[in-house]
Amino acid sequence: MNSALAAFASGVIFAIGLAIGGMTQPAKVAGFLDFTGNWDPNLRFVMGGAVMTHAILYRVIRQRPTPLFTAAFSVPTRKDIDAGLLGGAVLFGIGWGLSGFCPGPAIVSLASGKMPVVIFVVAMIVGMYLYALVNTFWTRSETTPRNEPFPRLASPSNPALREPQDT
Amino acid sequence: MEQFTPIASLWGGILIGLSASFLLLSDGKIAGISGIMGGLLRPVKNDTAWRILFILGLITGGLLFQFLSPDVFTTGISRSIGALILAGLLVGFGTRLGSGCTSGHGVCGISRFSPPSLVSMVTFIVTGATTVYIINHLLGGAL
Repeated sequence: MNSALAAFASGVIFAIGLAIGGMTQPAKVAGFLDFTGNWDPNLRFVMGGAVMTHAILYRVIRQRPTPLFTAAFSVPTRKDIDAGLLGGAVLFGIGWGLSGFCPGPAIVSLASGKMPVVIFVVAMIVGMYLYALVNTFWTRSETTPRNEPFPRLASPSNPALREPQDT
Repeated sequence: MEQFTPIASLWGGILIGLSASFLLLSDGKIAGISGIMGGLLRPVKNDTAWRILFILGLITGGLLFQFLSPDVFTTGISRSIGALILAGLLVGFGTRLGSGCTSGHGVCGISRFSPPSLVSMVTFIVTGATTVYIINHLLGGAL
């Protein structure tokens, strides 16, 4: 086993969990979000089971000095709640409610070959790419010294240059 | 009420939690899908292979169900192409701007008791629920 194979296995298990949990069915997701209507409580158990399991194992795993196959843990440490975090969550929530898809289940559902999910995923990747463009523009205008035409590449070996970490 | 399947849902959740834990134990990474995808759009050296393989794993898991139990991909709601495109753009841009989605904030962040993740999750559930309310109760259930 190495890091790449482990990532693949994690992806497979994650997909099975999402599918068994009903997350790949937009009607169930929309049903979960429909608190005032025909509310579907099942997804609460998906979230509960996932958090319960990971909350315990996270603490056990972090007792180790390093992961099994890489040099260090890369876990976000940010504690600040800024406009980007809130605004992003607002936009994501609208898109989630609109389609019943969040990123993981949408990728898993690509396997069905159904047109709605293919359209959704293509648009999602475009949305992520637009963010990368806008972010590059912001970063460049704010932090790049005048004689440096391009922003320096984020690098895992240079934490000072790293982008804000995703969770 | 919809069909109540708490045991299947709980097992699904436990598998998601185990997967996130395994990725952390093996590679030291957080199983946040939007972050994993976003990192591929601005590739960093030696930080790409695990992302691609995780996503291939997701699709492979999906293919298992496509062959064994394709019912898990029942859409069940009707949305126009325009609505799907708008939703995709919002989810893509929003999850990157907000540094995470249901998996990264909702599962991994909450498990670490991270305050930003808690705030993020409450926010996207509230706006998601508001959107569904508008569609189901004001617009007649389709868009």
